[in-house]
Amino acid sequence: MFADFLQFLISGITVGAIYGLVGLGFSVIYNASNVINFAQGEFVMIGGMASVSFLSMGIPMPLAIVLAVVVTTFVGFALEIFAIEPARHNSVVSLIIITIGASIFLRGLAQIIWDRNYHNLPAFSGDDPIKLWGAALQPQSLWVMGGAGIIVLLLWLFFNHSILGKAILATSFNPLAAELVGIDTRRILQISFALSAALGAIAGILVAPIALTYTNVGVMLGLKGFCAAIVGGLGNPMGAIAGGLAVGIAEAFTAGYISSAYKDAVAFVIIILVLLFLPSGLFGRKEIDKV
Amino acid sequence: MLLQIKRLSSSYGRVRALNGVELNIEEGELVALVGANGAGKSTLMRAISGVQPTNGGGIWFDGADITKVSASKRVRLGISQVPEGRQVFSEMTVEDNLLLGAFTRPRLEIDEDIEKNYVLFPVLKERREQLAGTLSGGEQQMLAIGRALMARPKLMLLDEPSMGLSPLLVDQTFQTIQKLAESGMTIFLVEQNAYVALSIATRGYVMEGGRTVLEGTGQELLDDERVKKAYLGV
Ligand SMILES: Nc1ncnc2c1ncn2[C@@H]1O[C@H](COP(=O)(O)OP(=O)(O)OP(=O)(O)O)[C@@H](O)[C@H]1O
Ligand SMILES: [Mg+2]
Repeated sequence: MFADFLQFLISGITVGAIYGLVGLGFSVIYNASNVINFAQGEFVMIGGMASVSFLSMGIPMPLAIVLAVVVTTFVGFALEIFAIEPARHNSVVSLIIITIGASIFLRGLAQIIWDRNYHNLPAFSGDDPIKLWGAALQPQSLWVMGGAGIIVLLLWLFFNHSILGKAILATSFNPLAAELVGIDTRRILQISFALSAALGAIAGILVAPIALTYTNVGVMLGLKGFCAAIVGGLGNPMGAIAGGLAVGIAEAFTAGYISSAYKDAVAFVIIILVLLFLPSGLFGRKEIDKV
Repeated sequence: MLLQIKRLSSSYGRVRALNGVELNIEEGELVALVGANGAGKSTLMRAISGVQPTNGGGIWFDGADITKVSASKRVRLGISQVPEGRQVFSEMTVEDNLLLGAFTRPRLEIDEDIEKNYVLFPVLKERREQLAGTLSGGEQQMLAIGRALMARPKLMLLDEPSMGLSPLLVDQTFQTIQKLAESGMTIFLVEQNAYVALSIATRGYVMEGGRTVLEGTGQELLDDERVKKAYLGV
């Protein structure tokens, strides 16, 4: 009994940490531009697929991973420059539609460059599970949890203690004032897309050894990450992680105790409930009245 | 000549907000710009800072044509603005607001400049950890001026700094502006409060319908019959 419970909890936290990382990517771009970037899932896919691809070329795993993150970061940068930048003065809704188009384009391109098959990235430190009160903990789960924890810490430091991080926040709060103090707000948007892409890629790489990777993997992971961001309150980085864990755990328990057929529905039920009853999320930012 | 504006025009869609502005500012001057609501004063300030597109004429700063230069580069060249409505970063602390004011400055000088600001505005030091949105209107105005100073500007643009302040705070604000001017800062001041603005200004301009229609020393404009009638309520 308890072993089952623990097993579901472990898998819920693992997958939840991934959703949280994807959700963080949504939050970073949303903060900088109020745009919900529906190509976020494609960053996840490119991270995983590029790693597999580099590895198959004989590049050692750590280097393959770094290269995959770098490639994805460039894709994020390019997406901003070629798709968002030219339409910058349009409404937020048009920009969101552009990101949907971009996600379809990136997925199609990935199917041409790679293929439609499932690929496996080897676990970072073997597949021998650690026994824990009757439950099995995969070493990769520890990588996922640890990786997510470190990234959250780094992001927190970046936004609270670096001038560039503060400039990104300032741009989201008041773009006009940001320009007047000399912040190049276009550059800020490019940096946010690059940063989100890197976050997505890392999520995709961490999860690939657990869940397999393929060119459509970003569709579902993107939606779950979006759900995490909504649950946590869009634009709230810590909220995205908490939201991810909530969605992941709810999903794992539903799959374990009810039926895995309902697993994917959980996220959508949660989105609907949150939007109906807590429109600013569980940890929504309190609005401060502008004087 | 620090700032030179020739035949500048600018529109919001079909609305022409600036229509041939001519204006010069010498180094060390405190120049006031007065005009009725909707005359185009804020639009001119925004155009000088590069956050408002122009469609005719040009702007020269320190001898160089900056008409096509980006807003962030203009701050680096030495143009800072305290915008209408203050526009502090409400969700960030007072100290972070100052820090961001120095976004274009080398890291090493920032602490020193923040301390200078605290000497000028002691209340900001008391409130350094507080969110800017929780400051009173007067304190926010000081913060907005302090933030603009952090860029170490050669030219400071002030758009209606007295707006919405109590008479006591208006006095304080003008004293601060005078102090800055005496320290050698070149200031371009937009004010509804024409009498006070022209009293402290070395020179002034009157703006009507998107153009500068009168120019003179502060005293000349105060004595001008048209100005008296239209802006001083005499
Ligand atoms: N965002 C905008 N969109 C369209 N028209 C605008 C916009 N901002 C200003 N205008 C118009 O441009 C003209 C000049 O406006 P501006 O704000 O520069 O005037 P102002 O002299 O600063 O007035 P005030 O004293 O009220 O601040 C006005 O006719 C105004 O209606
Ligand atoms: Mg105005």
